[in-house]
Amino acid sequence: MTARMAECIPLLPVEELARRRRRQESKVGEIWALLDEVMDPEIPVISLYELGVLQDVSCEGDTVKLVLTPTYIGCPALGIMEEDARAALAAGGYDQVVVETRLAPAWTTAWLTPEARRKMTSYGVASAEAGDIGCPQCGSENTQVISEFGSTACKALFRCLACQEPFDVFKAI
Amino acid sequence: MKLNDPLTRYVVRLGDDALIMGHRLSEWMSRAPFLEEDIALSNVALDFVGRARLFYQYAAELMGGEVTEDTFAYQRDVRDFTNLLLCELPRGDFAFTLCRQFLYDAFSLPFTQALCHSTDPQLAAIAAKAEKESRYHLRRSSDWMLRLGDGTQESHERCQNALEQLWIYTDEMFECDDLVNDLVVAGVAVNTSSLRSTWLETVTETLRTATLAVPESQGGVTGGRVGIHTDDLGFILAEMQFMQRAYPGLQW
Repeated sequence: MTARMAECIPLLPVEELARRRRRQESKVGEIWALLDEVMDPEIPVISLYELGVLQDVSCEGDTVKLVLTPTYIGCPALGIMEEDARAALAAGGYDQVVVETRLAPAWTTAWLTPEARRKMTSYGVASAEAGDIGCPQCGSENTQVISEFGSTACKALFRCLACQEPFDVFKAI
Repeated sequence: MKLNDPLTRYVVRLGDDALIMGHRLSEWMSRAPFLEEDIALSNVALDFVGRARLFYQYAAELMGGEVTEDTFAYQRDVRDFTNLLLCELPRGDFAFTLCRQFLYDAFSLPFTQALCHSTDPQLAAIAAKAEKESRYHLRRSSDWMLRLGDGTQESHERCQNALEQLWIYTDEMFECDDLVNDLVVAGVAVNTSSLRSTWLETVTETLRTATLAVPESQGGVTGGRVGIHTDDLGFILAEMQFMQRAYPGLQW
């Protein structure tokens, strides 16, 4: 396939495809569904699943096993995500939970779906993946970087030159 | 604390580099020239401390028993730390911190790229995550080289002075001792001496664009890998380890 075609056809990274298969073929669909309620603490409109942090769910006897992958190595939110996931499972009647942190495959923003990106944009966080960075307020692409690092490890700080508003951008890694 | 296993020693070494670098960067919190830069330096610090945690957690796993990641950070003395001297030098002025960061990032990117191919799966997994961050760090520190080097006369001079002071500490990044050489043969470690030309190319190209001169090589200062440090490391440890030394096992 030519590079040009790859640009036009949105291709799913293989790791992401494998993750979706794991959910599709999982025998514990209801647990995955319970966890759909657990949102990213910093961007509370996308779930851990949509973010790509929730990698796998399985069940052995009464024990639920979750596999999470960190977004950024030093991201302090991973601990909160784990707590939130445990709380959601406890509320759903699953008290015994073990959480494994898995580093490989390394998380990338390429796993975010267009739907997740739309939700982020409407929340006010632009996404850096798709070429020019549009202002989540007014949609202008006349934007400028203020700082490569923003309010959290996963964000950079931009400003819109059309409406003058500063905004967060989800860093592409 | 005596470490015998070569892999554990190597992993701890990488953890030490990251922890000390992260700590130096964290000293800028609330002291950076402006708010955005304050946040940026803290974020980079967080990346390095996070990296240190992964290496130490792995080392603790390799050692087993009572050892945890905190044992490595809080319960070892100066001579046990094996970080590069470059990482422990006092933060200096803003130009010094950014020049150090640039020289290290230009090394860290090819290093983590190479470590992705380690035969040790956990090291390769940590490297795959660190590599993405290093790429981002290098982009930012290169950008600062351009701004400071090609900025005002004062920023240019401060930058050039910082580079002259830092240069003798860069040799150590490419030093391979017996520990590294043996692990390179096993496919575990990175042969850093082979990264020197890539590093020099990146550095030369960026500094040239930034109107800065590449310092003349005058031989390197080494010793960090065998625990022979500058006076400054002791002061970092005194601050960083105080609580755990005064109240062993203290939890937040």
